[in-house]
Amino acid sequence: METPQTTQKKPLFAPIWKTLRMPLLALLAALVVGAVVMVISGDNPLVAYWGLLQGAFGSLEAISRTIRKAIPFIFTGLSVAFAFKAGLFNIGASGQFLMGTICAAAVGVNFEGLPWIIHMPLAILAGILGGALWGGIAGWLKVWKGAHEVISTIMLNYIASLFVSWTVYAGGTQGQQPGPLSDPVAAARAISQTRDVFESARIPPLLPQVFDRVHWGILLAIAVAVLIWWILQKTTLGFEIRTVGENPHAAQYAGIRVGRTMMLSMAIAGGLAGLAGAVETLGLNYKFAPEFTGSVGFEGITIALLGQTHPLGVVLASFLMGSLYGGASKMQFDSGVPGEIIQVVQALVLAFVAAPAIIHEIQRLIFRNRQSAGEEDTPTVHIAPEGGLGGTK
Amino acid sequence: MEESVLEVRDITKQFPGVLANDHVNLQLHKGEILALLGENGAGKSTLMNIVYGLYHPDSGEIYLNGECVTVSSPRDAIARGVGMVHQHFQLVEPMTVTENIILGSEVMRNAVLLNIDAARQQVDDLSREYGLEVDPDAIIEDLPVGVQQRVEIIKALYRHAKILILDEPTAVLTPQEIEDLFRVMRRLVEQGHSIIFITHKLKEVLAVAHRIVVMRNGGVVGEALPAESTEGSLASMMVGREVILKVPKGAAHPGEPVLDVSSLEVTDARGTKVVNNVSFQVRAGEILGVAGVQGNGQTELVEALTGLTRIGGGRITLGGQDLSGGTPRAFTEQGSGHIPENRHRYGMVAPYPISENLVLNQYYKAPFARGWGIRDYPAIDKHAQRLVELFDVRTPGVSTAGGSLSGGNQQKMVVARELGRQLSLLVAAQPTRGVDVGSIEFIHSQIVKQRDAGVAVLLVSAELDEIMALSDRIIVMYKGAIIGEVNAAEATREQLGLLMAGVHPTA
Repeated sequence: METPQTTQKKPLFAPIWKTLRMPLLALLAALVVGAVVMVISGDNPLVAYWGLLQGAFGSLEAISRTIRKAIPFIFTGLSVAFAFKAGLFNIGASGQFLMGTICAAAVGVNFEGLPWIIHMPLAILAGILGGALWGGIAGWLKVWKGAHEVISTIMLNYIASLFVSWTVYAGGTQGQQPGPLSDPVAAARAISQTRDVFESARIPPLLPQVFDRVHWGILLAIAVAVLIWWILQKTTLGFEIRTVGENPHAAQYAGIRVGRTMMLSMAIAGGLAGLAGAVETLGLNYKFAPEFTGSVGFEGITIALLGQTHPLGVVLASFLMGSLYGGASKMQFDSGVPGEIIQVVQALVLAFVAAPAIIHEIQRLIFRNRQSAGEEDTPTVHIAPEGGLGGTK
Repeated sequence: MEESVLEVRDITKQFPGVLANDHVNLQLHKGEILALLGENGAGKSTLMNIVYGLYHPDSGEIYLNGECVTVSSPRDAIARGVGMVHQHFQLVEPMTVTENIILGSEVMRNAVLLNIDAARQQVDDLSREYGLEVDPDAIIEDLPVGVQQRVEIIKALYRHAKILILDEPTAVLTPQEIEDLFRVMRRLVEQGHSIIFITHKLKEVLAVAHRIVVMRNGGVVGEALPAESTEGSLASMMVGREVILKVPKGAAHPGEPVLDVSSLEVTDARGTKVVNNVSFQVRAGEILGVAGVQGNGQTELVEALTGLTRIGGGRITLGGQDLSGGTPRAFTEQGSGHIPENRHRYGMVAPYPISENLVLNQYYKAPFARGWGIRDYPAIDKHAQRLVELFDVRTPGVSTAGGSLSGGNQQKMVVARELGRQLSLLVAAQPTRGVDVGSIEFIHSQIVKQRDAGVAVLLVSAELDEIMALSDRIIVMYKGAIIGEVNAAEATREQLGLLMAGVHPTA
């Protein structure tokens, strides 16, 4: 039944249902368990989920909110997914995001008078480089010093977090010096943040007459996702990265420089997370303050897994997560269910996606009449790649 | 009629996609060595794992001493007097022989303390009784493989096994160690034990078995007596057609030296010299065989000659180019092909389609990639179509995942990739390991074809038959060094066996 045809492993749009089934079931299962939690605590899940849906898609304002939330998710999701392809587990998207944020902000609040066409891309580039540096350090530590990337990226997250806080530190009453990027006006009121980035460094809003504060970052995010897919599937660099991820020994045999490829992959992953930070700063917040950080970096892990580490899956998963977060406050308002339940649902999604066996079982129960409950090669992700944390023999 | 100690009736076991055992019937008589012969994947190990309680049959019955039993676990099997020595030993390496043997059924002085002296005495008695010489206080990792195997056998006897299942016991042994094992096996059956001996090696079957049962595709296809069989007749039974056991091969016409290795050294992570002062040449149009028991530096030698491991000293020259310390790509670019001994580790990326596996080490070159590193999938597919046909890789198509092929076809895929381009040197390490007889025949003939086309071939194999059948010259490695060189035409198994065991030829 095989015809001689192009053998791309994952065509851009091909086996959609097969790929989507597993994450959708994971989401469904998470929503059901979340509903059970609500029932136990005396709330009505139907009212809550209706509120969630309204809050995510019920108005142009809601849709705008969902899109705004999705933008950084796409980048950090791509970051984690990209590292996965090289067999690396990037826990450090959070720190790389912060480095991207602060580097973009540093360029954005300086260089007054540069034309937009130079200033804005320069600030974005600074964000990418900041994140790439942070990811690259983890890659370097792994390749030349044998430090597992999970441990080193967690450490680098702390360092990044403290570093960016210092750069915007407002100073203290006992003569502590303010940080180099601290806004003097805000610092006078003991607020730690940067000045606003110059107009010329900002990413312009997208259709401001329709959407609320949605910016061109969304188009950039989708374009970058397509670019990442193209690199992975169509270029020799992508082949090298995937081969290192699938079987580092075979990669060495094939003449691929495994260490260099791993380090490069971590740098690219870091660059993607840094880009998330840059786009948030230049498109939405226009400044950096420590309270803006959120958990965008960590969501990247959930999104990469939910998106099956496929770049376009990441885009879909980001919109999904964006809608959950976007709808949370409306849900709370309508039903009285605390918005934190969304974090429970999200944690459950992660748990279900990371434990494919459970979903396979659900799948088997639902679809047992349609197919033999045999082996099926749903792509799974190796949570602890190569060497791993657990004890494999 | 002879007394049957073990009988399996109508055993069926289905794995996803494979019918591993298809209504199998088998009888083992008391005091008999029964050889269970078949290719990889014929269902021998599955059947024995069922008897040993590791798998449960979908249907069928097991009778032990005439009584129908359900063997629920290996513990249960041992309690019923069935012992199994696996291909991969189940020993705790840093512990002593005695400790390993009593592990799980310790002799206690009281509730807390071991009675290690009593245990040592029992081990000593057993080893004396069956001629299984072993020092009860030796540490496992210091012992040669052959002795480790004896420990495994004593372990089973210590648990009062009357039926012993030996799964491919000779794969890791020197010819002399194999003789020792056969001596022990004969002694065991004389004393009333019964043995099932799983193997795919025809010579051994004829040497030691009382009766031979041949399996193919999950079923028993026949039974034979050694006296009435030949290697040829058994091979055809195993494969289901006539097979040529020895590839026809003309005289070699060696040309210029292609590979020149001088004073090569490789040091492992622990600082031991695993390749020690090795020098040799391989000339165009000849096959140089490297014989030796596994673990005597052959793996590291091959890794050094393909750039996979760092060399500690010496020179490697390929086609006049100094490649000492070169990367794998430098070797490939210089016209070296490498069939790795472990295809799953180095030779292929299992989830990749066959087409990608076939360009694994050439993906970056034209026509598979254009400028800027953009891959040309139609060219990759076309290349794959051609090689799949040329090297007879049985597959539904080139986009099938390499890992889903059978062992023999996976190996043919690797061979196709390496031989499918212009080579000056071929390094073939265990080129037919885990491969069915039919594919062995094909791979051997391809290697000879390369030689006849003027390629220098370095063949490393633990299978003496393979070395002797293909090589023009043979060097033997022992403890990292070359202990001797012989002309293949004059070599005998005994001579090579002694060299492999480290016995220097005395003039």
